[in-house]
Amino acid sequence: MTKPIRVKLEINGKRHELLIEPRVTLLDALREHVGLTGSKKGCDQGQCGACTVHVNGERVLSCLTLAAQVEGRAVTTVEGLSAGGADLHPVQAAFLAHDAFQCGYCTPGQIMSAVACIKEGHAGSDAEIREYMSGNLCRCGAYPHIVAAVREAKEALS
Amino acid sequence: MRNFAYARASSLDDARHLAARPGAMLIAGGTTLLDLAKCGVAEPEQVIDITHLKRFDVIRVTPDGASIGALAKMSHVADDAAIRAGFPAVSEALWQAASAQLRNMATIGGNLMQRTRCAYFRDPATFPACNKRNPGSGCSAIGGITRNHAVLGASESCIATNPGDLAVALVALDAIVHLGERQVPVDEFFLLPGATPEREHALQAGEMITAVSIPASAVAKCSTYLKVRDRQSYEFAAASAAVGIEFEADGKTIRDLRVALGGVATKPWRAREVEKVLKGKALEPEAVKRASRLAMEGAIAHGANHYKIELAPRVITRAILKVGGIA
Repeated sequence: MTKPIRVKLEINGKRHELLIEPRVTLLDALREHVGLTGSKKGCDQGQCGACTVHVNGERVLSCLTLAAQVEGRAVTTVEGLSAGGADLHPVQAAFLAHDAFQCGYCTPGQIMSAVACIKEGHAGSDAEIREYMSGNLCRCGAYPHIVAAVREAKEALS
Repeated sequence: MRNFAYARASSLDDARHLAARPGAMLIAGGTTLLDLAKCGVAEPEQVIDITHLKRFDVIRVTPDGASIGALAKMSHVADDAAIRAGFPAVSEALWQAASAQLRNMATIGGNLMQRTRCAYFRDPATFPACNKRNPGSGCSAIGGITRNHAVLGASESCIATNPGDLAVALVALDAIVHLGERQVPVDEFFLLPGATPEREHALQAGEMITAVSIPASAVAKCSTYLKVRDRQSYEFAAASAAVGIEFEADGKTIRDLRVALGGVATKPWRAREVEKVLKGKALEPEAVKRASRLAMEGAIAHGANHYKIELAPRVITRAILKVGGIA
């Protein structure tokens, strides 16, 4: 009844076919089966945002998404953010320029969330950035620099 | 997380048929179900994925009201221009809930089905006694740390708070939950715990929420959701209020008023006494303050949650004065 199932995923524009248990989350599929370890496992309970990826262009938590559920939907991870892997995405560049991290563990999730936050039109002010980035925790407390990076990236992208 | 089988529903009937099997549970956004499966609270044998069903995510607003498909995402409803214009309390309740990521996942139907955040309910390894999880086993919360527990609608079996925001706005605005052919007023959809806290909804086996409808009204158009919490974002309510108001032609006398409370009760809590006392009166801060206290009639504190009895009326007062334009 709970034998492995075949799941076809499209990750960063590339197709993958996995044989996985139905309970495997998108996060575990990415990290353990596809070898993309950019998405981080922080709390694994939908509370910290370190696992944030985009599904069909919208930010979601990969730790509370079953891999099987995203069949037929485009998944983008931090590894797929800059086309061809050449230049940094403007949000990545802004995080570097503003030193928007200390240990860096939450950073891939912060960056994926920030890209979506700007695209959604929810980066209009510092207060709005703080509200719409609240699902990404930074235990080092780099929040002021993260807000500055998102603000600058929003300017660069508009 | 225990393993389970996965099936993808191909139609509404297919979903309902599969969900009626013993051990089967519907999965949409997964934000509650997978979280609770990881906590060891939910142990489905099979999950039925309904997120690939078509046309259940449509948001439709007409002069009569709004119809929101059960699979519409919280974020999409919160940002919908017609919802924001005609039902601001609904939009505000949604965008102040959870985080941007969770709102992109969680659906309107799933939101109504979310479970309590009671720490004892969520930790079966440490606290085996929980009447909601395991009927008849007792309640670990009573006599425990109760800061987030309910002061209204509780019973000797369960004092767990309903954590919802959206449902509070829906209860205030007389929304209807559509279960396919069957329709249930949202206030009746949620059950009081009584002696059966394991039963939280009017949903029967094999039923699925298909849509939520909200009648258009003057109170819906002039409504707000005020949420007070321990931190300003990404937190459940310590106390919240959904309020809608309609004035007589004089612009001062209250013709209609709706008040519902969140974060303080075992279900989204309509405060009808507050509404009744203020209807026909002029909007005046002292009268509103006095009337707001009526919402706490019958409230019982269980230790650390006593602050909610003082806080909730203040939240109601502030929400009424805000939406009435004098605060």
